[in-house]
Amino acid sequence: MPREQLKQLGRERWRIALTLSLVVVVIYFGFILLVAFNKPMMGYVLTEGLSVGMLLGALVILAAWLTTWIYTAWANSHYDTTLGGIHDEIRRNKP
Amino acid sequence: MIHLVAAAEGVSTAIGEPNTIAIVFFFLFIAITLGITYWAARQTKTTEEFFAAGRSISGRQNGFALAGDYMSAASFLGIAGLVATSGFDGLIYSTGWLVGWPIVLFLIAEPLRNLGKYTFADVVAFRLQQVPVRVSAALGTLAVVAFYLIAQMVGAGNLIRLMFGLSYETSVVIVGCVMLAYVLFGGMIATTWVQIVKAGLLLAGAFLLCVLSLSKFGFNPLALFDAAADRYGEAVLAPGKLVTNPWEAVSLGLALMFGTAGLPHILMRFYTVPDAKAARQSVFWATGLIGFFYLMTFILGFGAAVLVGRGVITAVDKGGNMAAPLLAEVVGGTGLLGFIAAVAFATILAVVAGLTLSGAAALSHDLWVNVVRGGHSNAKEELRVARAATVALGIVAIALGIVFKGQNVAFMVGLAFAIAASGNFPALVLSVFWRRYTTAGAVASIVVGTLSSLILIYLSPTIQIDIFQGTTAWFPLKNPALVTIPLSFAVGIIVSLLAPEKNALEQYDHKERRMIMGVED
Repeated sequence: MPREQLKQLGRERWRIALTLSLVVVVIYFGFILLVAFNKPMMGYVLTEGLSVGMLLGALVILAAWLTTWIYTAWANSHYDTTLGGIHDEIRRNKP
Repeated sequence: MIHLVAAAEGVSTAIGEPNTIAIVFFFLFIAITLGITYWAARQTKTTEEFFAAGRSISGRQNGFALAGDYMSAASFLGIAGLVATSGFDGLIYSTGWLVGWPIVLFLIAEPLRNLGKYTFADVVAFRLQQVPVRVSAALGTLAVVAFYLIAQMVGAGNLIRLMFGLSYETSVVIVGCVMLAYVLFGGMIATTWVQIVKAGLLLAGAFLLCVLSLSKFGFNPLALFDAAADRYGEAVLAPGKLVTNPWEAVSLGLALMFGTAGLPHILMRFYTVPDAKAARQSVFWATGLIGFFYLMTFILGFGAAVLVGRGVITAVDKGGNMAAPLLAEVVGGTGLLGFIAAVAFATILAVVAGLTLSGAAALSHDLWVNVVRGGHSNAKEELRVARAATVALGIVAIALGIVFKGQNVAFMVGLAFAIAASGNFPALVLSVFWRRYTTAGAVASIVVGTLSSLILIYLSPTIQIDIFQGTTAWFPLKNPALVTIPLSFAVGIIVSLLAPEKNALEQYDHKERRMIMGVED
């Protein structure tokens, strides 16, 4: 049943997309709220030239890279393969 | 005048004097990009080529072009300047502008590519009634494009006057005309390649500046940050004055994060690639490049603070926008200054070209073809209207640049992001993912999101206190996104639930299928 498979795949993509979006939102707003509410902690100097805030800011950028990489890797392998299978099946079923 | 002020600070700078190397690089860039335009013009014969480069751009190329569209002069000169003058705070903008990209990837890029043709209105109007949705989406697009254009044109006028010593008006006219040449003759093919060249130049220039600056600190960024802390106090490494009110911080963050996913000139780029997979790859590349670029601007800002000095930076330009060019002069002499000046100029040109093209698409594809002509228009006429719209927008851009001379337009980029986040983004997301969305709901969310952003910004401290010199503002936040994004979602949902649309509901399965499969073969 390509139609059911398609819906299933759509739901799966939607779930992963939402989860990863939520991860990014939580990480970024966590950072912003710390900047807003806990300035002393963000300004604490860990080692010469590096504060907690700067480290966390760099980690936000890393998290953006990492989440896009996770999504792209999943979509390039699992999603595209399943989608290719569905396309083939639809083509086979065509009279 | 400018170098006199700087000289009083004990440093002389060639900024503001005609700089042979800057002029040579500048003409070189113009010659190369016009060459590209000539080549592109010969391949631009249909509307699909004019607006979507014939869907022939690869994922990686589009990633560079997206980065080129996004890394505006505001982010290059502005963030470096903000970091130079206030340290850590610049990072709040850098991260906010970057985290919009994963959202674009997860929620927008692939559905957009599979459902639309040239504009984001294609996606919203799919399965809904064309005329009302197209009209409101075109208004949302044109509002974003207009405010973004004003900010860019005024920035261009000031920047070029500052760097090349030309008059403000001449600078605006030059930017308008060169941009018009790219878009009018070369359409999206030329615009894309101008973006790619510009992204390459900007990344290379920023990288070179970073390496030269860090070479004075044993290639250790921490040693550079520490030197800044020694000179200006450890406060430069900590959050400063930018964020005082937590709600303000969250509101700004929301606008930055979701605004990217509603910027028409960014969304339009996803139609230039052959399929959804390439759209996905292009965001992957863009996120990598833009993140790398923002990390570099952080180093450039601190480099300028230490190697140039805050006094000199603010003496040359109060806003701190000349931090990166000044740093170039200190670490690489007039030659590097010339190169960076030409790169900054190229940056503005490319962004303005992208904006104009997306405005032209809204005017000709959404308003003319789908509203005036009811979806039936011949290809020749469509292309003619597209070019006429381009010329009109070019003239409007030049006029706006001159009208807003000397005005404080920094808030307009924020305004554009707020409208994009609260007008365009909610409509796009709901239309794609929510089965029960209706025509009335879509119109309501776009109109309410756009108008409420405009009204609240008018009532905000940005306009009432900073511009009108008042003492109080009715609305407390500088950025309205905290109110307007939820408002737009709520209005869209409530209106849709109150009056269900049977046709739209029934056609959702078709839309969902096409969203995953693309155009059926």
